[in-house]
Amino acid sequence: MKQILIVDDSRTVRDSLKFFLREGGYEVLEGSDGVEALDVLKTARPNLIITDVNMPNMDGLTLLENVRNSPEHKFTPVLVLTTESQQSIMERGKSLGATGWIVKPFDSQKVLAVIKKVLGG
Amino acid sequence: MDQFKQVFIEEAEELLGTLEDHLLNLEDAPEDRELIDAVFRVMHTIKGSAAMFDFKGIVDFTHVVESVLDQVRGGDLSVTRELIELTLQSRDHIHEMLSAPSDITPESESRSRELIGEFEKLTGRVEDKRNKPPAAGGEEEESFFSLYRILFIPDRDIFFSGTNLIALLEELQELGECSTIAYTSEIPSLSGYNPETSYIRWEFFLTTKASLNEVKDVFIFVESSCQLEVTLLVEGDREEGEGEKRLGEILISRGLITPDDLTGALKAQKPVGQIMMENGLISRSDVESALYQQKTERKLREKQGSGERENTIRVKSEKLDSLVDSVGELVTAQARLSQISSQYDDPSLNALAELIERLSTELRDNAMGLRMVPIGTTFSRFKRLVRDLSNTLGKEIILETKGGETELDKSVIDKLNDPLVHLIRNSIDHGIECPQARLEAGKRREGTVSLIADYSGANVVIQIRDDGAGLNKERILSKAREKGLVGVDEVLTENEIFKLILQPGFSTAKEVTDVSGRGVGMDVVSKEIESLGGSIFITSTSGKGSTISLSLPLTLAIIEGLLVRIGDEKFVIPLASVQACLELSREERELHREKRLFEFRGSMVPYIRLRELFLDRRDLPLREHLVVTQTENGIFGIVVDEVIGDYQTVIKNLGRLYKNLQLITGATILGDGTMALILDLNKITALAKVESSAGI
Repeated sequence: MKQILIVDDSRTVRDSLKFFLREGGYEVLEGSDGVEALDVLKTARPNLIITDVNMPNMDGLTLLENVRNSPEHKFTPVLVLTTESQQSIMERGKSLGATGWIVKPFDSQKVLAVIKKVLGG
Repeated sequence: MDQFKQVFIEEAEELLGTLEDHLLNLEDAPEDRELIDAVFRVMHTIKGSAAMFDFKGIVDFTHVVESVLDQVRGGDLSVTRELIELTLQSRDHIHEMLSAPSDITPESESRSRELIGEFEKLTGRVEDKRNKPPAAGGEEEESFFSLYRILFIPDRDIFFSGTNLIALLEELQELGECSTIAYTSEIPSLSGYNPETSYIRWEFFLTTKASLNEVKDVFIFVESSCQLEVTLLVEGDREEGEGEKRLGEILISRGLITPDDLTGALKAQKPVGQIMMENGLISRSDVESALYQQKTERKLREKQGSGERENTIRVKSEKLDSLVDSVGELVTAQARLSQISSQYDDPSLNALAELIERLSTELRDNAMGLRMVPIGTTFSRFKRLVRDLSNTLGKEIILETKGGETELDKSVIDKLNDPLVHLIRNSIDHGIECPQARLEAGKRREGTVSLIADYSGANVVIQIRDDGAGLNKERILSKAREKGLVGVDEVLTENEIFKLILQPGFSTAKEVTDVSGRGVGMDVVSKEIESLGGSIFITSTSGKGSTISLSLPLTLAIIEGLLVRIGDEKFVIPLASVQACLELSREERELHREKRLFEFRGSMVPYIRLRELFLDRRDLPLREHLVVTQTENGIFGIVVDEVIGDYQTVIKNLGRLYKNLQLITGATILGDGTMALILDLNKITALAKVESSAGI
């Protein structure tokens, strides 16, 4: 089963994402900010990381930089959670090595479609 | 989603509690960036989560507050008491809205508007940063298939963004029928290969109902790390029934042909790319890509059903023959009409006759055009022949074809097959040497046989060229002497020697092989070509190879001729070989009476008096005409009593009884119903040459 790490400080987002992903047949790991995520990544090797940008302690883009600089995870796809008003964040994310993004608000269908786009069928 | 609403409300309440603390702290430390960030983040999170449940009232309101806070964060707005007051009021308002998040009551609406108004006063204007990013999934639904060409060149380091190209290809394939071409030319050798680098360029031909944007959306995540070109090649028909009907459609709807017939006709079409590649004009990958495009476009058209189709139909060749026949009769009748009208000085009749003449010429050209077929299909049939023969003989041979698009009358092409087979066999058997002998001669191991077709005036010239050993003049000559074809002391020109191989019973191959047979080939070829109104020309350089050129008329059925008169008889000289018409003055007639020469463009040219040839012993007319013609025996003058004028005519065969008749290729019916014979200039001039060299 493919493993996905979700990183978001909002419990609502984490819980609903977790629900969608499990329904879609994925195993879910969680972190509430970048620091927690890096902690999880010390032992786990998820197939995909989905991260929010705006988070306390360590934001999503810094997490992304850390992921790309780590030998174990440098090729792991990373999706950034953004909102419609954050075009510049998408661009910055891409330049830092993000694989893609999920635009909030999202529903189950949209999330799974984007994940399939990145991970394949 | 409903199960998460409660989670959202609980979390939002928590966040609003935090927000209150932050705001109060911020009042004491208005420059604290971390606090500003935290405040912004709360509003951002609430907005984002609320949007997931479509709590529109909350989303719209928090969006405004968020964008104001974003300005603060960006330093465009400073933290003031009013701002904090307003944000606190906003917090309270959001708290109110959370009690019934999905409802938008008039009270909460007006409160929202009131607060937004206050914010606007504060900021001048609230900047709306809603730049819609491209959505990851399209919404528009096209109901007809379109064809896209997608050129996708990933950046070398694309894998470092975690991009999975296979997933991308899969996604494209899910959109519709997708042909993929991978250009691998940039992959370096193993020593220079970096597995973390992307080297391949991709081209896709996608047949899909998806819109251009939907197709582009597949690449949305990689746009910034690749070169991408999406072109709409064939647009799906959105308005069915509009536009004109295709011929195929009409024929089907009339029940004249079945859809299968139409598909069959479509398949008979020869891809242009093949011709181009045969001509070596474009590279293989270009052709591949073009072929893909053609294939997918054709598929698409079949899918569209009512859409465009190749508008060709298959017709029995007898039908064409009878059409051409009727057109021939029409041309004859028209010639008669022109003749009669010229006898009456009636302008309206003359105008009509001219109109009919123009129309029948047009009709004739169109009807003849229907019978024209490209020779390429005949050429491509020989690939197998060459392959099999070279295997049998242990030779290595490449067949090259050029000018396969050259069109010839179908009846000519049909009769051309056997002679061509023979000539190719000869080239391979006698011309091309064994690989060993070639290497010793300093040539490439593989021999090349080229088939080249090209237009040359009213003729088509087909060349069979090989880079083999060439014809051996001495051996041909000694063989011919041996067979008694040539006298011992006879001196022949090169061309005459080469022509000997066309004689019956001549074969120079040391051993009789299965391939070339027993020397019954070339004379049959020669006869066949002559019966088609064509001629053979042979050139050869020892050690370098030979070229056999077949000159063939474009068509057999109609000839552009020059009508001439000798005594009471009329004859037709093929116009294609006519160079000039002159008067043969009495002085000139007298001047070179014995030698029968006249001066034409600075050189002396022999002439033949047809009157003498056809044994019309009556007195010579006072004035004679000279038709200067180019024949395979050189330039000759043909002396006639009178040149009447040019004349389009339908060739009629003379029939079985006259099949051995020399000097005449056929007959035609003139406008006044009388008959004229068509002269075979090559034969006539050849005869004159023999006579003159024999001293007659």
